[in-house]
Amino acid sequence: NMTSISEDSDKEKMRSVSVDLNNDASLVIDIPDALCERDKVKFTVHTKTTLSSFQKPEFSVPRQHEDFIWLHDTIVETEEYAGFIIPPAPPKPDFEGPREKMHKLGEGESSMTKEEYAKMKQELEAEYLAVFKKTVQVHEVFLQRLSSHPMFRKDRNFQIFLEYDQDLSVRRKNAKEMFGGFFKNMVKSADEVLISGVKEVDEFFEQEKNFLLDYSIKIKDATAKAEKMTRSHKNVADDYNHISGALNNTAADNNTAFKKHLEKCAEVFEKLRKVEDRMASDQELKLTELLRYYTRDIQAAKDLLYRRARALADYENSNKALDKARLKGKDVAQAEENQKQCLQKFDKLSESGKKELTSFKARRVVAFRKNLIEMTELEIKHAKNSVSLLQGSIEILKSN
Amino acid sequence: MHECKCKRSLAGFSSVLFVVLSLVKVFLSQSPEAACLSAEDISPSSNGPRDDDPDDLFAGVDGGSVSGQSRPQSGRVRPLAGPDEEENRDTFDIQISVSDPEKVGDGMNAYMVYKVTTKTSLSIFSRDEVCVKRRFSDFLGLYSKLASKYMHMGYIVPPAPEKSIVGMTKVKVGKEDLSSVEFVEKRRSALERYLLRTVKHPALLKDPDVLQFLESSELPRAVSTQALSGAGILRMVNKAADAVNKMTIKMNESDAWFEEKQQQFENLDVQLRKLHASVESLVCHRKELSVNTASFAKSAAMLGNSEDHTALSRALSQLAEVEEKIDQLHQDQSYADFYLISELLGDYVRLITAVKGVFDQRMKAWAKWQDAQVMLQRKREAEAKLQYANKPDKLQQATDEIREWEGKVQQGERDFEQISKNIRREVGRFEKDRVKDFRVVIIKYLESLVHTQQQLIKYWEAFLPEAKAIA
Repeated sequence: NMTSISEDSDKEKMRSVSVDLNNDASLVIDIPDALCERDKVKFTVHTKTTLSSFQKPEFSVPRQHEDFIWLHDTIVETEEYAGFIIPPAPPKPDFEGPREKMHKLGEGESSMTKEEYAKMKQELEAEYLAVFKKTVQVHEVFLQRLSSHPMFRKDRNFQIFLEYDQDLSVRRKNAKEMFGGFFKNMVKSADEVLISGVKEVDEFFEQEKNFLLDYSIKIKDATAKAEKMTRSHKNVADDYNHISGALNNTAADNNTAFKKHLEKCAEVFEKLRKVEDRMASDQELKLTELLRYYTRDIQAAKDLLYRRARALADYENSNKALDKARLKGKDVAQAEENQKQCLQKFDKLSESGKKELTSFKARRVVAFRKNLIEMTELEIKHAKNSVSLLQGSIEILKSN
Repeated sequence: MHECKCKRSLAGFSSVLFVVLSLVKVFLSQSPEAACLSAEDISPSSNGPRDDDPDDLFAGVDGGSVSGQSRPQSGRVRPLAGPDEEENRDTFDIQISVSDPEKVGDGMNAYMVYKVTTKTSLSIFSRDEVCVKRRFSDFLGLYSKLASKYMHMGYIVPPAPEKSIVGMTKVKVGKEDLSSVEFVEKRRSALERYLLRTVKHPALLKDPDVLQFLESSELPRAVSTQALSGAGILRMVNKAADAVNKMTIKMNESDAWFEEKQQQFENLDVQLRKLHASVESLVCHRKELSVNTASFAKSAAMLGNSEDHTALSRALSQLAEVEEKIDQLHQDQSYADFYLISELLGDYVRLITAVKGVFDQRMKAWAKWQDAQVMLQRKREAEAKLQYANKPDKLQQATDEIREWEGKVQQGERDFEQISKNIRREVGRFEKDRVKDFRVVIIKYLESLVHTQQQLIKYWEAFLPEAKAIA
């Protein structure tokens, strides 16, 4: 089935996990549209630019999730970017939840009334749409992180990604053959050990290391707990739906006066369900998505520390090699050159790493602030709606 | 059914419960409203309540003057004000509470004793306020007595709460954890609702067994309740009715009202069970939401501690505090879900079973009447045969037997008409109560939801400046 979204005023509010993006008019990127065909999502990546490096001032290309991953991986593998926090890759679009629900709905069709079925189908479509919006948001933010970074925005592959009007799948395959995700895998398995093992002389990095190692565990846990909380909230909304259906069934058999009463109650529960659902989704979007995103971003920061730790290890090894060479009196010049380069690399990583980590903290704080404020305001709004809905219904029911 | 494990403070639990349960009690104590139950509600073809039939328990005794006796008569059920008089009574002035559960004894022989307090100005009671101690089997004993006395007459006798081996074993074994506290509380509340429903029934209120139960300090131990609970008795009744149904003489359902009502109750049974199941699911999910919110609160607090930006760290700690308050809100709401709606629906599912039982009793009465007619016919035939046999002794006996069976046929017909009449009235009363109960409860429940949402607004509005203060 085909679902699409278009320019949405909601989107402005949604694009808030990472703020201060798209501020530079010289390169503005967004995903105004996306199509869902069976399992594949096709994103329309739209660019507006004043930069001469691009062929046209405005253009759009269709891209798949795998294209984003390719772009991310090539940037990760690029030596020059070792001193930067690489924006985390967007997660794969996950329609498993709604798809499973759709399957259950199909199976349970015979045991439900027509109204119940229609209602469940409606909320299922809403859920589908929510997943859809989330995945668009997270892919969009990825690109905007790149475009707002002074180095990444100039990246050749990024330009290709934005501009190349043919299918990228050929390039993707070649890239895989070349790198095989080697570096990426290495990072995943070794980072904790290496980072903790570094004998740190720099106070800044010592603090960052301790902070990031602890924080990454805590934020991962908070994300999982937030997810569970949101799921429970959705279950409660679901129950309101079933109660509403059961009340309607009971109404069908009753005499007139009470029947109207029951139908009114069924209506109240139906409305409550909608509000509860909105509360749950907004909480998910503002809180859970925020935590999910920063879990990934914290990992990207850790990856930077890891690369620096590797560079330090290389430097220490080059020192040892130089000593050995001096002892043997052989290949000293080469060893000296190697040592100089290792030191240069390490210093470069330390310098840019410090800048990146500092701006990362600022970015994180701003994003948390914005999302927590928005979440709170939405929770208040929904609760107020609930109160007026309930009080209105109580009045009607009392007067009947 | 889901098992939700909630580790909550017992103190917090009992304080919330007190508020919720006082709501439940208030609505159950409310008097049946004046008006509404007019003769029209009872099918037009029935005999009106103002019948002078001496067997009619509701024969017109002037209302309000059922007074004067300080001690209830044992045995015979005293005549009662008719339904019209019942409506003219100004207040249904009786309050019953079941409280202070106390464990008596140890190990597997231990049992819970509850304090039953009755406050009333009704004159059939010997005092304004009485306190007695009763155990669960006493309640079952009361129910079994009332059922055996009144069910066959077509009265809907409110069933006592169910036994629970699992629940009670935990209590006996001495587990002081939250689930046994909750179990005892659930039972206490159910016993209270049971008594309130029982005395709401005009006939049962005046019953000597009920009065004895409420007033007498010593009660003979009900021994046969080992096998008998509310559901047990109903099962027995239904089995008897089933046996009757299998008889070849099918009831001639000339009275469409009974057929229609029976169908309605069948449908209502199904609908209520479904509704009850949905509400039970809500209770469970809301408890889970509370637990998960608490868990998130802890996690957010840890995250706040780990956060190295001071202002953000403070805000995250405050978020954790808000979520902790919210988890308590969800917990409280789940008690409202449970005690206001879920338990009430459960009570009604059991009551419907009692209603169905009463319809079955009518079938039994019909069958008995038909049997008597068949027997009478046989006796007449036998007598006719004896006419030609010239056995004067046997003939006399046959004639006597005919008279005996004629009497039984008449009695059978009277009983059948009586039970039919009683059922009409009982069903009318039941439907009125059901509608009223539901209306009252749904409003109380929605009000509880309003309260929860208002608290949510309060908590989030307090947090908002903290979030804005992140700099």
